[in-house]
Amino acid sequence: MIRTIPAWLQAAPLALVLGVFLLVPIATVVVVSFWDYDQTRLIPGFVLDNYADALGEGVTWKTYFSTLRFALITWAITLLLGFTVAYYLAFHVTSALWQMVLFQLCTIPFLTSNIIRMISWIPFLGRNGLLNQALQGMGLTDHPLDFLLFSDFSVILAFVHLYTLFMVVPIFNTMMRIDRSLIEAARDAGAGFRAVLTDVVIPLALPGMAIGSIFVVTLVMGDFITVRLMSGGQSASVGVMMMNAMSLLQYPAAAAHAVVLLAVVLLMVAAILRVVDIRKEL
Amino acid sequence: MTKPTGVSRRRLIKTAAATAGVAAGSGAITGFPVIWAQNIKNVVLKQFGTGVSNQNAIGEKVKQDLGFTLQMTALDSDAVTQRAVTQPKSYDIADIEYWICKKVFPAGVLQPMDTKKLKYFDKIVPIFTTGKLTPNSTIAQGTAPHSVGFVEGKNSTKFSAKPTEWFTMVPTIYNADTLGIRPDLVGKPVTQWKDLLDPRFKGKASILNISSIGIMDAAMVCESAGLIKYKDKGNMTKAEIDKTLAIFTEAKKAGQFRAFWKTFDESVNLMASGEVVIQSMWSPAIAAVRSKGIPCVYQPLKEGYRAWGGGLGLAKHLSGLELDAAYEYINWYMSGWVGAYLNRQGYYSAVLDTAKQYMKPEEWDFWMEGKPAAIDIMSPEGKLMEKKGTTRDGGSFAARMGAVACWNAVMDEDKYMVRKWNEFIAA
Repeated sequence: MIRTIPAWLQAAPLALVLGVFLLVPIATVVVVSFWDYDQTRLIPGFVLDNYADALGEGVTWKTYFSTLRFALITWAITLLLGFTVAYYLAFHVTSALWQMVLFQLCTIPFLTSNIIRMISWIPFLGRNGLLNQALQGMGLTDHPLDFLLFSDFSVILAFVHLYTLFMVVPIFNTMMRIDRSLIEAARDAGAGFRAVLTDVVIPLALPGMAIGSIFVVTLVMGDFITVRLMSGGQSASVGVMMMNAMSLLQYPAAAAHAVVLLAVVLLMVAAILRVVDIRKEL
Repeated sequence: MTKPTGVSRRRLIKTAAATAGVAAGSGAITGFPVIWAQNIKNVVLKQFGTGVSNQNAIGEKVKQDLGFTLQMTALDSDAVTQRAVTQPKSYDIADIEYWICKKVFPAGVLQPMDTKKLKYFDKIVPIFTTGKLTPNSTIAQGTAPHSVGFVEGKNSTKFSAKPTEWFTMVPTIYNADTLGIRPDLVGKPVTQWKDLLDPRFKGKASILNISSIGIMDAAMVCESAGLIKYKDKGNMTKAEIDKTLAIFTEAKKAGQFRAFWKTFDESVNLMASGEVVIQSMWSPAIAAVRSKGIPCVYQPLKEGYRAWGGGLGLAKHLSGLELDAAYEYINWYMSGWVGAYLNRQGYYSAVLDTAKQYMKPEEWDFWMEGKPAAIDIMSPEGKLMEKKGTTRDGGSFAARMGAVACWNAVMDEDKYMVRKWNEFIAA
């Protein structure tokens, strides 16, 4: 017993932090999601109305569908981009110094707030924005392209811009751990570029890709501000739906949505972990 | 004011200003603050509300005239509602809109005011007491301020249909809203609310995405187009909500709207950049677009205005010296300086007689009488707002506030409306 005390003490700080800042809030949200409410008050109790309202509405399913669509498209693009950038950094840049310099370069935009990075797209993509002016100036089009801003296009563009780094970092990290002699061995055995990529690099970089995917998927699923700003408030996401409920003091309704969203995201993460065993391959 | 002896210069100015204020306000130098004691300087009143009336200049003037400190926090109207109900101890004075009052007051977090302690109660614009601007006016639809202006007794949270001695909020600021347009880009005269859905403006229109206000603008449009006839736009039936939003969903799917806006600056940017040429808008946003040198008109429309109003309410926990200070503050608020300050920004103040004394006759004629400006019209900060010769959009106070079709409101079918509004946004 005495021997285990130091171990308990070592585990205590993290357990405490997770307990107070993660488990208690989540438990609160779950409890409130079963409460009743009227215009101004929360009424403690146990009703299933919030879930019935949330799941019974066509709009919920539609919103989840559109949020999932954003998540899927963003995931595919960031994975491709992130993998390419990481591959270039890990295998093409041979000097360790340059590797670090270029890697830092990727992170510099993240020194500013992500809202500012997002908003700066608006004057660029607008009807009278720089891009439209340039396109018209070059004679490529005779009228401004409206789809560039306040559309699904601009939402996904902003997501890709904001979250690609979350793919680059873990993938780059796993790629740097790949034993270079494995690649040499593959080459000696007659493997071409494609064979090395599909049979050596990708399988060994899978944990990084999985971690990056978890980041991107959870961030996009939980987002509300990007969708609201970049779609000009014309698209919905699960986060926007919760914000709307909260702004009208309908906390139990928002809590029910939060619990459903949490379940959906956890299922997605579980699915990713099922395909890739992060621990085994780290 | 030469060589003040024994009195600091600051104090002298302060007293002079306060005296002038009271003198100008009541016409006599009698009713000087009852509790004008030293200890009032230690009082700190925390006020929170929407940005429109939470202006720093007012806080500074309070310190100067009354001696105590007024701390102000500005939040958006959703956050204001939440905080008013959920954190009643965090504020002393709530600066909220009347439709928010309808939600908040029944929660028992505010205390009504004794009208006998309000020096200018009799001079308050009758919209807030009887609901009628003139004895012949009809009462507009929606949450009309007078309908939530009084409660039945000192400890009551039940609104009274008739004026009582217990006033829920002292009105501070109100205005009549309409559509903003870019006259250089619309290409035809805009005269009715239904023009918002005119196919000519496809992809160039916008509406605000604050469900409780957006639904009213939508209703004004549907009624103007002759598609729906409402019993009360401020308190729609489920069927009316469905029908209104079905019309707007159809328009949205057809690409009528460029964007929906939620904050003041979003509306300014949409208009200034030319992304949008017609949209629901607030009057200071129009001024902000114009100040960039871009033409923008707050277009009066045939069917009238959608009006809103805010007021100051006292937190339940206020008592003793702090409560006295709060009354002092409210009486000062209505004594003219603030009124003039707000009127000069294009809003309206609750007690017009006192505000008039703080405005130049030319300013009064421009803002309140709707006459062409005889001089350049300046903002309270001294920036040029309107050149000599221009006329205020919509004209005089009587013309604008007399043409209110409905007030911002909170409906009985609130929950249902929000769900449907979310569907509209997600569609």
